[in-house]
Amino acid sequence: MMSEYLLIMLSTALVNNVVLVKFLGLCPFMGISKKMDTALSMGLATTFVITFTTAGSWLLEHWLLMPLGIQYLRILTYILVIAAVVQFTEMVIRKVSPPLYQVLGIYLPLITTNCAVLGLPLLNVQEKSNFTVSLIGGFGSSVGFTLVLVLFAGMRERIALASVSQTFAGAPIAFITAGMLALAFMGFAGLVPH
Amino acid sequence: MKLFKLRGGVHPVGRKELAAERAIRQFPVPERLFVPLQQHVGAPAQPLVKVGDRVLKGQLIGASQGNISAPVHAPTSGRIAAIGDYTAAHPSGLTAPTITIESDGDDAWLDVDMPSDPFALSPEEISIRVGAAGIVGLGGATFPSAVKLNLSRKNNVRTLIINGGECEPYITCDDRLMRERASEIIEGVRLIRYAAGASEVMVGIEENKPAALSAMQAAAAGTEVKVMAVPAMYPMGWDKQMIRALTGREVPADGRSADIGVLVHNVATAFAVRDAIRFGRPLVSRLLTVSGGAVAEPANLMVPIGTLVEELFRYCGGFSSQPARMVLGGPMMGIELSTAAVPVVKGSSGVLALTRSEIGSTQPAPCIRCSSCVRACPVGLLPLEMVAHIRAGNSAAAVAHGLKDCIACGCCSFVCPSHIPLVHYFNFAKGELMELERGKLKQEATKKLVDERIARTQRIERERQEAAAQRKAAREAKERATKQAAAQTISEAA
Amino acid sequence: MLIALTSLTVLGAILGFILGVAARVFRVEGNPLVAELEEILPGSQCGQCGFPGCAGAAQALAGGLAPVTLCPPGGRAVVMALAARLGVDADVSGVQDTLPMLAEVNEALCIGCTRCFKVCPTDAILGAAQQIHAVFREACTACGKCEAVCPTESVKLQPVPVTLHGWYWHKPQPVAAA
Repeated sequence: MMSEYLLIMLSTALVNNVVLVKFLGLCPFMGISKKMDTALSMGLATTFVITFTTAGSWLLEHWLLMPLGIQYLRILTYILVIAAVVQFTEMVIRKVSPPLYQVLGIYLPLITTNCAVLGLPLLNVQEKSNFTVSLIGGFGSSVGFTLVLVLFAGMRERIALASVSQTFAGAPIAFITAGMLALAFMGFAGLVPH
Repeated sequence: MKLFKLRGGVHPVGRKELAAERAIRQFPVPERLFVPLQQHVGAPAQPLVKVGDRVLKGQLIGASQGNISAPVHAPTSGRIAAIGDYTAAHPSGLTAPTITIESDGDDAWLDVDMPSDPFALSPEEISIRVGAAGIVGLGGATFPSAVKLNLSRKNNVRTLIINGGECEPYITCDDRLMRERASEIIEGVRLIRYAAGASEVMVGIEENKPAALSAMQAAAAGTEVKVMAVPAMYPMGWDKQMIRALTGREVPADGRSADIGVLVHNVATAFAVRDAIRFGRPLVSRLLTVSGGAVAEPANLMVPIGTLVEELFRYCGGFSSQPARMVLGGPMMGIELSTAAVPVVKGSSGVLALTRSEIGSTQPAPCIRCSSCVRACPVGLLPLEMVAHIRAGNSAAAVAHGLKDCIACGCCSFVCPSHIPLVHYFNFAKGELMELERGKLKQEATKKLVDERIARTQRIERERQEAAAQRKAAREAKERATKQAAAQTISEAA
Repeated sequence: MLIALTSLTVLGAILGFILGVAARVFRVEGNPLVAELEEILPGSQCGQCGFPGCAGAAQALAGGLAPVTLCPPGGRAVVMALAARLGVDADVSGVQDTLPMLAEVNEALCIGCTRCFKVCPTDAILGAAQQIHAVFREACTACGKCEAVCPTESVKLQPVPVTLHGWYWHKPQPVAAA
């Protein structure tokens, strides 16, 4: 049982990385990866929100949408829940822990628009996972997201120092690097015996 | 005595043979001397003379301002021709406040009081006299020497190190001074030791100057001064490197040598201190080397402060070939001169005219991350990382890598196979950060002014209102009184 | 249809209610950020940014309605401090382009009307009625208020000449990647 959960963590964090393999959450990946510390803050905030929304959406799916047979409203209700969770989290953090709010502050609202947050619950539904698996999968995916974001930010910090020819300076070299990072993450596929 | 291991450093071609065997000569006083008011670290001197005044050699013409400053004296007798801006010995080629003296040809000294026995003076008195003589660090740092002496007494400095490193290529003036004026230097050293209250004195001389070493050792025999050979390398003349070589101790970052109980002075400074204390003569001339492949007859000259560089070249037989670059100071850390009409200042150890072949290629190429600069850096920094940050416009990150500890010795630029002007980047970043710092300080100061003004206007407004209220109350009281009086008269009448 | 409508409405209402309650329970008085930003700004209330004084500018900055480069008298130091506080990338190069300026009195034109020193937020102008005024360069922030009120165009902002004190090496030309 425990090893199964560990495998799920590993699979979602590395093998099926949400950014580099599933191509979800690309906007924060490119947008907030210029500095290591902001990338880490963003990653932590996203981890927090994704874990909560996967749990929330699973409950919603199984306690509301399925009994009433209105699964076609799935995306609508999920977005509602995500937005509410993000808002709620922001309010709570702001009151309870001002220092944490200082760190995460401006990134929290941005998470609402992160497609990974919507994508992961939808994938969970598709795969008909149970609650625990959904929760662990969501957490593992967001850890993978954080990992990749921090790795990429570190690379971009170094690239900012390199003399890149003008044609490639800025976004182009960042995209090329992201591609290479994705290639490298494909190597993790070898971890799973087919 | 055992010497300690050093970090970094380079071994540039010495080229000292050009001037090393030329005995010291006195440079004749030129017609005009241009004496800048700031020749030292700290606040510039305040002029004390007027245009047209007659001055004698050694007369005070600029008084020191503030705690860290040094006075300026007339290098010869004559008339003050002008007080104004003149091209400064500075890479920018900008002007600085300068006193121009027209020589009268007499070179007549001011009458001074000479102590019969300098060692009968108190250490404080020696510091005061050193300060009044306008002596600054003649190795090139130009930090006021008296300030250093006072600091040493305050910090209970134990060790005095006299720096005879002279690691800059071409420059031989300290070498000649040690060979020809060894006993005078030793006397100056003993005076400094006495004034600073140090118990131990060491003179470090690079081993590529054997004649100077033996002359100094002979002069120091029988005294408390120990003369020692140190390895010849650049930057051996950096005070912290010298401390490391002789004591094995490292001065902490952001610290001064006084923090570890060491005081460092240059040999030329010791010589100047001896002149100042024994003969009461302020610092009005200094020994410097005129050299370089383009100079016809290189020389070591005793030059009055304020002499123009072009006159030195003329005195040395002019140029044998067209110089590609003129440098004030040594080739590693000196200032590139855009014009030779620049006065010699207290910190000038040499004047060089270099040919094209001596300069070499300077076409920069991309960094190949060979890390030669890391190995060469005597401070132990990562020059290539700092340059990368500065090039990306992030000087603050360079500070995190230790930019503030960079001494701009030029080792990194010297060894760089890509000819990247690393020190140029560091100088730029340091200047940029200084400007930011100045902006911040000004902003804090003006913010205080704003607050004070707001408080003042509010107080004035309040006072005006209070005064108005008082007037109103007084008027009302008066009215009431008259009304009452009227009522009383009416009632009495009734 | 009806089920979908009611369930969504109920869900929305519940979430809205929770958020509404949370907003009351977790209310934070004021925005500490505004005070911090105002502390960074020069405080001379010159209004060059287009906002009513530095407090207004701080509010706009906190709300993301103004760029960090809004304050001309603050110079690069303020831009960088603001950018660091707000966690944004500041384009400092644009700020650098405006030369540092200081007010200067043209003594031939000054009539001693005292208007300029009355408006100077930093008391940088010295003067009295019928006396030629002078500017303390150390205190001037180049806010331009004096220039605006001068009836004879005697007070003007002038670029600060480069001196030995302020000069520093230019940035070396970057090496082109081969």
